Amino acid sequence: MCGIAGIQVRDPALEPRLGWLLAGMLHQAAERGPDSAGVALYGDALLSPPGHASVSLLAPGMTPSELAERVGPDATVVPVGQTTVVHAPCSAGELEKRVRAAGTGATVIGRGADLAVLKGVGHPDTLAEEFGLRSATGRQGVVHTRMATESAVTPEGAHPFAVADDLCLVHNGSFANHATLRRELIAEGAEFDSANDSEVGARFVAARLAEGHDLEKSLRLLCERFDGFYTLLVTTGDTFAVVRDAIACKPAVVAETDAWVAMASEYRCLAGLPGIENARIFEPEPEEVYTWRR
Amino acid sequence: MATMTTPAVTTTVDLSVQSVRDLNSALHKAREGSWHVTRPDGAHNLAVGLDAPLDVRIDGHAGYYCAGMNQHATVTVHGNTGVGTAENMMSGTVRVRGNASQSAGATAHGGLLVVEGDAAARCGISMKGVDIVVGGSVGHMSAFMGQAGRLLVCGDAGDALGDSLYEARIYVRGRVKSLGADCVEKEMRGEHLEDVRELLTAAAFTDIDPSEFRRYGSARALYHFDVDNSSAY
Repeated sequence: MCGIAGIQVRDPALEPRLGWLLAGMLHQAAERGPDSAGVALYGDALLSPPGHASVSLLAPGMTPSELAERVGPDATVVPVGQTTVVHAPCSAGELEKRVRAAGTGATVIGRGADLAVLKGVGHPDTLAEEFGLRSATGRQGVVHTRMATESAVTPEGAHPFAVADDLCLVHNGSFANHATLRRELIAEGAEFDSANDSEVGARFVAARLAEGHDLEKSLRLLCERFDGFYTLLVTTGDTFAVVRDAIACKPAVVAETDAWVAMASEYRCLAGLPGIENARIFEPEPEEVYTWRR
Repeated sequence: MATMTTPAVTTTVDLSVQSVRDLNSALHKAREGSWHVTRPDGAHNLAVGLDAPLDVRIDGHAGYYCAGMNQHATVTVHGNTGVGTAENMMSGTVRVRGNASQSAGATAHGGLLVVEGDAAARCGISMKGVDIVVGGSVGHMSAFMGQAGRLLVCGDAGDALGDSLYEARIYVRGRVKSLGADCVEKEMRGEHLEDVRELLTAAAFTDIDPSEFRRYGSARALYHFDVDNSSAY
Protein backbone atom coordinates (compact mmCIF):
# COMPACT_ATOMS: atom_id res chain seq x y z
CA MET A 1 0.00 0.00 0.00
CA CYS A 2 1.16 3.52 -0.76
CA GLY A 3 -0.63 6.83 -0.96
CA ILE A 4 -0.65 9.19 -3.91
CA ALA A 5 -2.09 12.66 -4.26
CA GLY A 6 -1.46 15.52 -6.63
CA ILE A 7 -2.99 18.69 -7.97
CA GLN A 8 -2.60 20.87 -11.02
CA VAL A 9 -3.82 24.37 -10.33
CA ARG A 10 -5.68 26.21 -13.06
CA ASP A 11 -6.69 29.28 -11.09
CA PRO A 12 -3.53 31.35 -10.44
CA ALA A 13 -5.13 32.62 -7.23
CA LEU A 14 -4.53 29.15 -5.75
CA GLU A 15 -0.80 29.07 -6.55
CA PRO A 16 0.24 30.75 -3.29
CA ARG A 17 -1.78 28.07 -1.42
CA LEU A 18 -0.41 25.03 -3.28
CA GLY A 19 1.72 23.82 -0.36
CA TRP A 20 -1.11 24.27 2.12
CA LEU A 21 -3.39 22.17 -0.10
CA LEU A 22 -0.70 19.51 -0.58
CA ALA A 23 0.00 19.31 3.16
CA GLY A 24 -3.66 18.50 3.77
CA MET A 25 -3.61 15.86 1.04
CA LEU A 26 -0.38 14.34 2.39
CA HIS A 27 -1.82 14.15 5.90
CA GLN A 28 -4.84 12.19 4.65
CA ALA A 29 -2.55 9.82 2.72
CA ALA A 30 -0.25 9.19 5.70
CA GLU A 31 -1.96 6.00 6.86
CA ARG A 32 -1.35 4.43 3.45
CA GLY A 33 2.40 4.87 3.78
CA PRO A 34 3.86 5.88 7.12
CA ASP A 35 7.51 4.93 6.51
CA SER A 36 8.65 7.65 4.14
CA ALA A 37 7.27 10.36 1.93
CA GLY A 38 8.11 12.77 -0.82
CA VAL A 39 6.86 15.89 -2.52
CA ALA A 40 7.33 17.40 -5.98
CA LEU A 41 6.69 21.09 -6.45
CA TYR A 42 6.48 22.79 -9.82
CA GLY A 43 7.15 26.52 -9.59
CA ASP A 44 7.83 27.02 -5.88
CA ALA A 45 8.95 30.62 -5.38
CA LEU A 46 11.69 29.70 -2.91
CA LEU A 47 13.08 26.47 -4.39
CA SER A 48 12.87 27.35 -8.07
CA PRO A 49 12.46 31.10 -8.53
CA PRO A 50 11.51 32.37 -12.01
CA GLY A 51 14.44 32.07 -14.40
CA HIS A 52 16.24 29.57 -12.18
CA ALA A 53 16.50 25.84 -12.82
CA SER A 54 16.63 23.52 -9.82
CA VAL A 55 18.44 20.32 -8.93
CA SER A 56 17.36 18.36 -5.84
CA LEU A 57 19.89 16.24 -3.93
CA LEU A 58 20.11 13.69 -1.17
CA ALA A 59 23.15 13.53 1.09
CA PRO A 60 25.44 16.08 -0.53
CA GLY A 61 28.09 15.24 2.08
CA MET A 62 29.13 18.84 2.65
CA THR A 63 27.74 22.00 4.14
CA PRO A 64 25.45 24.23 2.05
CA SER A 65 28.10 26.93 1.85
CA GLU A 66 30.74 24.43 0.66
CA LEU A 67 28.32 23.14 -1.94
CA ALA A 68 27.41 26.67 -3.09
CA GLU A 69 31.08 27.52 -3.39
CA ARG A 70 31.76 24.49 -5.58
CA VAL A 71 28.69 24.87 -7.81
CA GLY A 72 29.36 28.54 -8.52
CA PRO A 73 28.67 32.04 -7.28
CA ASP A 74 25.28 32.30 -9.01
CA ALA A 75 23.96 29.14 -7.27
CA THR A 76 21.75 29.18 -4.21
CA VAL A 77 21.69 26.14 -1.94
CA VAL A 78 18.59 25.54 0.15
CA PRO A 79 18.68 22.71 2.71
CA VAL A 80 15.18 21.29 3.16
CA GLY A 81 15.05 18.48 5.72
CA GLN A 82 16.84 15.42 4.35
CA THR A 83 16.94 17.03 0.89
CA THR A 84 19.04 19.86 -0.50
CA VAL A 85 17.83 21.98 -3.43
CA VAL A 86 20.25 23.97 -5.57
CA HIS A 87 18.95 26.61 -7.97
CA ALA A 88 20.75 28.90 -10.39
CA PRO A 89 19.92 31.04 -13.45
CA CYS A 90 20.95 28.47 -16.05
CA SER A 91 19.43 25.40 -17.72
CA ALA A 92 18.60 22.33 -15.67
CA GLY A 93 21.05 20.27 -17.71
CA GLU A 94 23.89 22.70 -17.09
CA LEU A 95 23.09 22.98 -13.39
CA GLU A 96 23.00 19.20 -13.00
CA LYS A 97 26.44 18.97 -14.67
CA ARG A 98 27.81 21.62 -12.35
CA VAL A 99 26.36 19.90 -9.29
CA ARG A 100 27.79 16.54 -10.34
CA ALA A 101 31.15 18.16 -11.13
CA ALA A 102 31.21 19.51 -7.58
CA GLY A 103 32.11 15.96 -6.57
CA THR A 104 29.63 15.64 -3.77
CA GLY A 105 28.63 12.09 -4.53
CA ALA A 106 25.06 13.16 -3.83
CA THR A 107 22.10 11.38 -5.38
CA VAL A 108 20.26 13.68 -7.78
CA ILE A 109 16.54 13.14 -7.06
CA GLY A 110 15.08 15.82 -9.30
CA ARG A 111 15.94 18.39 -11.88
CA GLY A 112 14.02 20.76 -14.07
CA ALA A 113 13.21 24.27 -15.18
CA ASP A 114 11.12 24.70 -12.05
CA LEU A 115 10.78 21.29 -10.38
CA ALA A 116 11.94 20.73 -6.81
CA VAL A 117 11.75 17.27 -5.20
CA LEU A 118 11.82 16.76 -1.44
CA LYS A 119 11.85 13.35 0.19
CA GLY A 120 12.92 11.53 3.28
CA VAL A 121 12.34 8.77 5.79
CA GLY A 122 9.86 9.40 8.59
CA HIS A 123 6.21 10.00 9.21
CA PRO A 124 4.67 12.07 6.41
CA ASP A 125 3.35 14.73 8.79
CA THR A 126 6.81 15.13 10.34
CA LEU A 127 8.36 15.39 6.89
CA ALA A 128 5.76 17.99 5.85
CA GLU A 129 6.98 20.11 8.76
CA GLU A 130 10.64 19.54 7.77
CA PHE A 131 9.83 20.54 4.20
CA GLY A 132 7.90 23.63 5.28
CA LEU A 133 5.28 22.28 2.96
CA ARG A 134 2.41 24.47 4.12
CA SER A 135 4.14 27.61 2.88
CA ALA A 136 5.20 26.16 -0.49
CA THR A 137 3.80 27.67 -3.67
CA GLY A 138 3.50 26.69 -7.30
CA ARG A 139 1.23 25.60 -10.12
CA GLN A 140 1.42 21.82 -9.72
CA GLY A 141 2.40 19.45 -6.95
CA VAL A 142 2.54 15.77 -6.10
CA VAL A 143 2.82 13.95 -2.77
CA HIS A 144 3.51 10.30 -2.04
CA THR A 145 3.50 8.25 1.15
CA ARG A 146 5.33 4.94 0.97
CA MET A 147 4.69 1.59 2.58
CA ALA A 148 7.74 -0.26 1.31
CA THR A 149 7.30 -3.75 -0.08
CA GLU A 150 10.12 -4.72 -2.40
CA SER A 151 13.08 -2.54 -1.39
CA ALA A 152 14.54 -0.86 1.66
CA VAL A 153 13.13 2.16 3.48
CA THR A 154 15.68 4.82 2.51
CA PRO A 155 15.37 8.41 1.28
CA GLU A 156 16.50 7.19 -2.17
CA GLY A 157 13.73 4.58 -2.15
CA ALA A 158 11.04 7.15 -1.38
CA HIS A 159 8.95 8.58 -4.19
CA PRO A 160 8.67 10.72 -6.30
CA PHE A 161 11.10 9.49 -8.91
CA ALA A 162 12.10 12.47 -10.97
CA VAL A 163 14.69 11.08 -13.36
CA ALA A 164 14.52 13.49 -16.31
CA ASP A 165 13.99 17.22 -16.66
CA ASP A 166 10.65 18.20 -15.09
CA LEU A 167 9.44 14.58 -15.12
CA CYS A 168 8.05 13.11 -11.91
CA LEU A 169 6.43 9.73 -11.23
CA VAL A 170 4.71 8.32 -8.15
CA HIS A 171 3.41 4.78 -7.92
CA ASN A 172 1.03 2.77 -5.79
CA GLY A 173 1.46 -0.94 -6.43
CA SER A 174 4.25 -3.27 -7.42
CA PHE A 175 5.74 -4.13 -10.78
CA ALA A 176 6.21 -7.87 -11.25
CA ASN A 177 8.75 -7.74 -14.11
CA HIS A 178 10.81 -4.79 -12.93
CA ALA A 179 14.07 -6.76 -12.79
CA THR A 180 13.81 -7.70 -16.48
CA LEU A 181 12.94 -4.16 -17.49
CA ARG A 182 15.70 -2.76 -15.30
CA ARG A 183 18.24 -4.90 -17.17
CA GLU A 184 16.85 -3.72 -20.51
CA LEU A 185 17.05 -0.09 -19.46
CA ILE A 186 20.59 -0.53 -18.12
CA ALA A 187 21.53 -2.06 -21.48
CA GLU A 188 20.10 1.07 -23.12
CA GLY A 189 22.34 3.20 -20.89
CA ALA A 190 20.12 4.07 -17.92
CA GLU A 191 21.72 4.44 -14.48
CA PHE A 192 19.66 3.71 -11.39
CA ASP A 193 19.73 5.40 -8.00
CA SER A 194 17.77 2.81 -6.02
CA ALA A 195 16.55 -0.79 -5.96
CA ASN A 196 12.95 0.45 -6.08
CA ASP A 197 10.66 -1.05 -8.75
CA SER A 198 8.93 2.30 -9.23
CA GLU A 199 12.20 3.86 -10.37
CA VAL A 200 12.15 1.36 -13.25
CA GLY A 201 8.80 2.80 -14.32
CA ALA A 202 10.17 6.33 -14.14
CA ARG A 203 13.31 5.41 -16.13
CA PHE A 204 11.14 3.66 -18.72
CA VAL A 205 8.94 6.74 -19.18
CA ALA A 206 12.02 8.97 -19.34
CA ALA A 207 13.54 6.75 -22.05
CA ARG A 208 10.35 6.83 -24.11
CA LEU A 209 10.07 10.61 -23.77
CA ALA A 210 13.72 10.90 -24.83
CA GLU A 211 12.84 8.94 -27.97
CA GLY A 212 10.34 11.66 -28.85
CA HIS A 213 7.08 10.10 -27.65
CA ASP A 214 4.70 12.32 -25.74
CA LEU A 215 3.69 11.47 -22.18
CA GLU A 216 0.43 9.81 -23.18
CA LYS A 217 2.14 7.50 -25.68
CA SER A 218 4.95 6.77 -23.22
CA LEU A 219 2.41 5.63 -20.63
CA ARG A 220 0.63 3.45 -23.20
CA LEU A 221 3.97 1.81 -23.90
CA LEU A 222 4.46 1.33 -20.16
CA CYS A 223 1.11 -0.48 -19.99
CA GLU A 224 2.31 -2.80 -22.78
CA ARG A 225 5.58 -3.69 -21.09
CA PHE A 226 4.93 -3.56 -17.34
CA ASP A 227 3.31 -6.43 -15.53
CA GLY A 228 1.90 -6.04 -12.04
CA PHE A 229 -0.21 -3.59 -10.09
CA TYR A 230 0.00 0.12 -10.57
CA THR A 231 -1.77 3.36 -10.22
CA LEU A 232 0.62 6.02 -11.49
CA LEU A 233 0.53 9.79 -11.30
CA VAL A 234 3.07 11.18 -13.74
CA THR A 235 3.75 14.87 -14.25
CA THR A 236 5.87 17.01 -16.55
CA GLY A 237 6.22 20.78 -16.61
CA ASP A 238 2.84 21.18 -18.27
CA THR A 239 1.06 17.82 -18.04
CA PHE A 240 -0.63 15.87 -15.25
CA ALA A 241 -1.28 12.22 -16.16
CA VAL A 242 -2.93 9.23 -14.47
CA VAL A 243 -2.93 5.58 -15.52
CA ARG A 244 -3.95 2.31 -13.85
CA ASP A 245 -3.17 -1.29 -14.76
CA ALA A 246 -5.71 -3.61 -16.36
CA ILE A 247 -6.87 -5.09 -13.05
CA ALA A 248 -7.16 -1.67 -11.39
CA CYS A 249 -7.11 -2.96 -7.83
CA LYS A 250 -4.99 -0.03 -6.65
CA PRO A 251 -7.40 2.79 -5.94
CA ALA A 252 -7.58 6.13 -7.70
CA VAL A 253 -10.04 8.97 -7.70
CA VAL A 254 -9.92 12.11 -9.83
CA ALA A 255 -11.69 15.37 -9.08
CA GLU A 256 -11.88 18.34 -11.39
CA THR A 257 -13.18 21.89 -11.15
CA ASP A 258 -12.54 25.01 -13.21
CA ALA A 259 -9.87 25.96 -10.66
CA TRP A 260 -7.91 22.69 -10.47
CA VAL A 261 -7.65 19.01 -11.33
CA ALA A 262 -6.54 16.63 -8.60
CA MET A 263 -6.01 12.91 -8.16
CA ALA A 264 -5.54 10.78 -5.07
CA SER A 265 -5.57 7.21 -3.84
CA GLU A 266 -8.58 7.99 -1.66
CA TYR A 267 -11.30 10.61 -1.77
CA ARG A 268 -10.48 11.80 1.74
CA CYS A 269 -7.22 13.29 0.39
CA LEU A 270 -9.32 15.54 -1.83
CA ALA A 271 -12.05 16.35 0.70
CA GLY A 272 -10.35 19.56 1.86
CA LEU A 273 -9.86 21.09 -1.59
CA PRO A 274 -11.75 24.32 -2.25
CA GLY A 275 -14.91 23.69 -4.27
CA ILE A 276 -14.74 19.90 -3.89
CA GLU A 277 -18.48 19.82 -3.21
CA ASN A 278 -19.11 20.84 -6.82
CA ALA A 279 -16.24 18.94 -8.43
CA ARG A 280 -16.66 16.32 -11.14
CA ILE A 281 -15.45 13.17 -9.39
CA PHE A 282 -14.66 9.87 -11.10
CA GLU A 283 -12.45 6.82 -10.91
CA PRO A 284 -10.01 6.36 -13.82
CA GLU A 285 -10.75 3.34 -16.01
CA PRO A 286 -8.12 0.58 -16.26
CA GLU A 287 -5.40 1.03 -18.90
CA GLU A 288 -6.76 4.36 -19.98
CA VAL A 289 -4.26 7.22 -19.96
CA TYR A 290 -5.73 10.46 -18.67
CA THR A 291 -3.82 13.69 -19.26
CA TRP A 292 -4.49 17.29 -18.36
CA ARG A 293 -2.35 20.05 -19.86
CA ARG A 294 -1.94 23.47 -18.42
CA MET B 1 -21.84 17.97 20.78
CA ALA B 2 -24.75 15.61 20.32
CA THR B 3 -25.64 13.29 23.14
CA MET B 4 -25.26 9.73 21.99
CA THR B 5 -27.98 7.86 23.76
CA THR B 6 -30.80 5.91 22.20
CA PRO B 7 -32.72 8.68 20.54
CA ALA B 8 -36.40 9.41 20.38
CA VAL B 9 -35.67 11.73 17.48
CA THR B 10 -32.89 11.99 14.93
CA THR B 11 -29.40 12.17 16.40
CA THR B 12 -26.88 14.17 14.43
CA VAL B 13 -23.20 13.23 14.48
CA ASP B 14 -20.85 15.77 12.95
CA LEU B 15 -17.65 13.95 11.98
CA SER B 16 -15.70 17.19 11.86
CA VAL B 17 -16.23 17.24 15.64
CA GLN B 18 -16.66 13.59 16.62
CA SER B 19 -14.64 10.56 15.58
CA VAL B 20 -15.70 7.59 13.50
CA ARG B 21 -15.20 5.46 16.62
CA ASP B 22 -17.61 7.72 18.54
CA LEU B 23 -20.15 7.26 15.77
CA ASN B 24 -19.82 3.52 15.44
CA SER B 25 -19.83 2.94 19.23
CA ALA B 26 -23.04 4.90 19.55
CA LEU B 27 -24.62 3.05 16.62
CA HIS B 28 -23.64 -0.30 18.13
CA LYS B 29 -25.28 0.60 21.46
CA ALA B 30 -28.51 1.83 19.90
CA ARG B 31 -31.37 -0.59 19.22
CA GLU B 32 -33.56 1.83 17.27
CA GLY B 33 -33.72 5.39 16.00
CA SER B 34 -32.61 7.69 13.23
CA TRP B 35 -29.10 9.02 12.79
CA HIS B 36 -27.80 11.80 10.64
CA VAL B 37 -24.07 11.83 9.91
CA THR B 38 -22.54 15.03 8.56
CA ARG B 39 -19.08 15.96 7.26
CA PRO B 40 -17.91 12.41 6.50
CA ASP B 41 -15.25 13.80 4.11
CA GLY B 42 -14.39 10.34 2.79
CA ALA B 43 -13.78 8.74 6.19
CA HIS B 44 -13.50 4.95 6.22
CA ASN B 45 -15.58 2.40 8.14
CA LEU B 46 -18.68 4.53 8.61
CA ALA B 47 -21.66 2.69 10.12
CA VAL B 48 -19.98 -0.72 10.00
CA GLY B 49 -21.19 -3.72 11.94
CA LEU B 50 -24.68 -2.42 12.70
CA ASP B 51 -27.07 -5.08 13.96
CA ALA B 52 -30.31 -3.24 14.78
CA PRO B 53 -33.04 -1.66 12.64
CA LEU B 54 -31.52 1.82 12.72
CA ASP B 55 -31.99 4.41 10.03
CA VAL B 56 -28.68 6.10 9.20
CA ARG B 57 -28.32 8.94 6.75
CA ILE B 58 -24.81 10.02 5.72
CA ASP B 59 -24.59 13.40 4.02
CA GLY B 60 -21.47 13.53 1.88
CA HIS B 61 -18.92 11.11 0.46
CA ALA B 62 -17.92 8.07 2.50
CA GLY B 63 -14.65 6.11 2.36
CA TYR B 64 -13.95 2.40 2.45
CA TYR B 65 -16.22 -0.34 3.83
CA CYS B 66 -19.17 1.95 4.46
CA ALA B 67 -22.01 -0.04 6.09
CA GLY B 68 -19.93 -3.19 5.97
CA MET B 69 -21.34 -6.28 7.74
CA ASN B 70 -24.70 -4.55 8.03
CA GLN B 71 -27.58 -6.41 9.67
CA HIS B 72 -31.10 -4.97 9.85
CA ALA B 73 -30.12 -1.30 9.47
CA THR B 74 -30.96 1.06 6.62
CA VAL B 75 -27.97 3.16 5.62
CA THR B 76 -28.33 5.85 2.97
CA VAL B 77 -25.30 7.72 1.66
CA HIS B 78 -26.04 11.03 -0.04
CA GLY B 79 -22.75 10.98 -1.90
CA ASN B 80 -20.20 8.51 -3.25
CA THR B 81 -18.66 5.61 -1.37
CA GLY B 82 -15.20 4.04 -1.44
CA VAL B 83 -14.01 0.47 -1.76
CA GLY B 84 -16.07 -2.37 -0.28
CA THR B 85 -19.41 -0.66 0.30
CA ALA B 86 -21.72 -2.96 2.32
CA GLU B 87 -19.16 -5.75 2.14
CA ASN B 88 -20.39 -8.89 3.80
CA MET B 89 -23.81 -7.39 4.48
CA MET B 90 -26.19 -9.92 6.05
CA SER B 91 -29.52 -8.04 5.91
CA GLY B 92 -30.97 -4.54 5.81
CA THR B 93 -30.65 -1.95 3.07
CA VAL B 94 -27.74 0.18 1.94
CA ARG B 95 -28.40 2.87 -0.64
CA VAL B 96 -25.70 4.99 -2.28
CA ARG B 97 -27.14 8.04 -4.02
CA GLY B 98 -23.90 8.61 -5.95
CA ASN B 99 -21.28 6.17 -7.23
CA ALA B 100 -19.67 3.28 -5.38
CA SER B 101 -16.02 2.32 -5.80
CA GLN B 102 -14.77 -1.20 -6.44
CA SER B 103 -15.97 -4.36 -4.70
CA ALA B 104 -19.35 -2.98 -3.66
CA GLY B 105 -21.40 -5.71 -1.97
CA ALA B 106 -18.40 -8.06 -1.83
CA THR B 107 -19.21 -11.42 -0.18
CA ALA B 108 -22.57 -10.08 1.04
CA HIS B 109 -24.99 -12.77 2.23
CA GLY B 110 -28.26 -10.87 2.26
CA GLY B 111 -30.05 -7.56 2.29
CA LEU B 112 -30.34 -5.02 -0.51
CA LEU B 113 -27.58 -2.78 -1.85
CA VAL B 114 -28.71 -0.02 -4.20
CA VAL B 115 -26.18 2.13 -6.03
CA GLU B 116 -28.01 4.87 -7.87
CA GLY B 117 -24.96 5.86 -9.90
CA ASP B 118 -22.20 3.60 -11.18
CA ALA B 119 -20.43 0.84 -9.30
CA ALA B 120 -16.77 0.28 -10.22
CA ALA B 121 -14.89 -2.97 -10.80
CA ARG B 122 -15.74 -6.22 -9.04
CA CYS B 123 -19.21 -5.17 -7.91
CA GLY B 124 -20.75 -8.16 -6.14
CA ILE B 125 -17.50 -10.14 -6.09
CA SER B 126 -18.15 -13.47 -4.34
CA MET B 127 -21.74 -12.42 -3.56
CA LYS B 128 -23.47 -15.00 -1.39
CA GLY B 129 -27.13 -14.05 -1.40
CA VAL B 130 -27.34 -10.27 -1.48
CA ASP B 131 -29.51 -8.36 -3.93
CA ILE B 132 -27.57 -5.59 -5.68
CA VAL B 133 -29.27 -3.03 -7.89
CA VAL B 134 -27.11 -0.56 -9.79
CA GLY B 135 -28.79 2.37 -11.51
CA GLY B 136 -25.78 3.06 -13.72
CA SER B 137 -23.05 0.74 -14.96
CA VAL B 138 -20.69 -1.73 -13.30
CA GLY B 139 -16.96 -2.17 -13.94
CA HIS B 140 -14.99 -5.21 -14.96
CA MET B 141 -15.13 -8.58 -13.18
CA SER B 142 -18.47 -7.84 -11.56
CA ALA B 143 -20.13 -10.79 -9.78
CA PHE B 144 -16.80 -12.63 -10.00
CA MET B 145 -17.27 -16.04 -8.33
CA GLY B 146 -20.76 -15.05 -7.27
CA GLN B 147 -22.39 -17.88 -5.35
CA ALA B 148 -25.94 -16.71 -4.72
CA GLY B 149 -28.10 -13.62 -4.91
CA ARG B 150 -29.05 -11.26 -7.70
CA LEU B 151 -27.16 -8.45 -9.45
CA LEU B 152 -29.28 -6.12 -11.53
CA VAL B 153 -27.52 -3.49 -13.66
CA CYS B 154 -29.59 -0.79 -15.33
CA GLY B 155 -26.64 0.44 -17.41
CA ASP B 156 -23.72 -1.45 -18.95
CA ALA B 157 -21.35 -4.09 -17.58
CA GLY B 158 -17.57 -4.07 -18.08
CA ASP B 159 -15.28 -6.89 -19.11
CA ALA B 160 -15.52 -10.45 -17.77
CA LEU B 161 -18.98 -10.18 -16.23
CA GLY B 162 -19.77 -13.15 -14.01
CA ASP B 163 -16.37 -14.78 -14.35
CA SER B 164 -16.27 -18.19 -12.61
CA LEU B 165 -19.85 -17.73 -11.50
CA TYR B 166 -21.58 -20.30 -9.31
CA GLU B 167 -25.28 -19.60 -8.89
CA ALA B 168 -25.88 -15.86 -8.69
CA ARG B 169 -28.33 -14.41 -11.20
CA ILE B 170 -27.25 -11.40 -13.24
CA TYR B 171 -29.57 -9.05 -15.14
CA VAL B 172 -28.16 -6.32 -17.38
CA ARG B 173 -30.19 -3.77 -19.29
CA GLY B 174 -27.37 -2.29 -21.37
CA ARG B 175 -24.30 -3.60 -23.15
CA VAL B 176 -22.07 -6.29 -21.68
CA LYS B 177 -18.49 -5.66 -22.78
CA SER B 178 -17.56 -9.32 -22.37
CA LEU B 179 -18.60 -12.35 -20.35
CA GLY B 180 -16.15 -14.05 -18.01
CA ALA B 181 -15.23 -17.73 -17.99
CA ASP B 182 -18.29 -19.98 -17.68
CA CYS B 183 -20.78 -17.10 -17.73
CA VAL B 184 -23.43 -17.31 -20.44
CA GLU B 185 -26.56 -15.48 -21.49
CA LYS B 186 -29.73 -17.32 -20.51
CA GLU B 187 -33.36 -17.15 -21.46
CA MET B 188 -35.58 -14.59 -19.69
CA ARG B 189 -38.62 -16.52 -18.52
CA GLY B 190 -41.59 -15.26 -16.56
CA GLU B 191 -39.98 -15.93 -13.21
CA HIS B 192 -36.99 -13.83 -14.26
CA LEU B 193 -39.15 -10.91 -15.35
CA GLU B 194 -40.74 -11.18 -11.91
CA ASP B 195 -37.25 -11.13 -10.37
CA VAL B 196 -36.37 -7.95 -12.25
CA ARG B 197 -39.67 -6.31 -11.37
CA GLU B 198 -39.19 -7.15 -7.70
CA LEU B 199 -35.65 -5.73 -7.66
CA LEU B 200 -36.62 -2.54 -9.51
CA THR B 201 -39.49 -2.03 -7.09
CA ALA B 202 -37.27 -2.67 -4.08
CA ALA B 203 -34.80 -0.10 -5.40
CA ALA B 204 -37.63 2.34 -6.29
CA PHE B 205 -36.50 2.44 -9.92
CA THR B 206 -40.07 2.38 -11.10
CA ASP B 207 -39.68 3.99 -14.51
CA ILE B 208 -37.67 1.12 -16.02
CA ASP B 209 -39.28 -1.62 -18.08
CA PRO B 210 -38.30 -5.11 -16.81
CA SER B 211 -38.46 -6.50 -20.35
CA GLU B 212 -35.38 -4.45 -21.30
CA PHE B 213 -33.08 -6.70 -19.25
CA ARG B 214 -31.16 -9.77 -20.34
CA ARG B 215 -30.19 -12.57 -18.01
CA TYR B 216 -26.73 -14.07 -17.48
CA GLY B 217 -25.72 -17.01 -15.34
CA SER B 218 -23.35 -19.89 -14.88
CA ALA B 219 -22.92 -22.51 -17.59
CA ARG B 220 -21.91 -24.80 -14.69
CA ALA B 221 -19.00 -26.18 -16.68
CA LEU B 222 -16.38 -25.25 -14.09
CA TYR B 223 -18.08 -26.74 -11.01
CA HIS B 224 -15.96 -29.86 -10.93
CA PHE B 225 -12.44 -30.42 -12.13
CA ASP B 226 -12.38 -31.70 -15.66
CA VAL B 227 -9.08 -32.17 -17.38
CA ASP B 228 -10.61 -30.98 -20.63
CA ASN B 229 -11.22 -27.62 -18.98
CA SER B 230 -7.71 -27.26 -17.60
CA SER B 231 -6.96 -24.28 -19.83
CA ALA B 232 -9.99 -22.48 -18.41
CA TYR B 233 -9.10 -22.95 -14.75
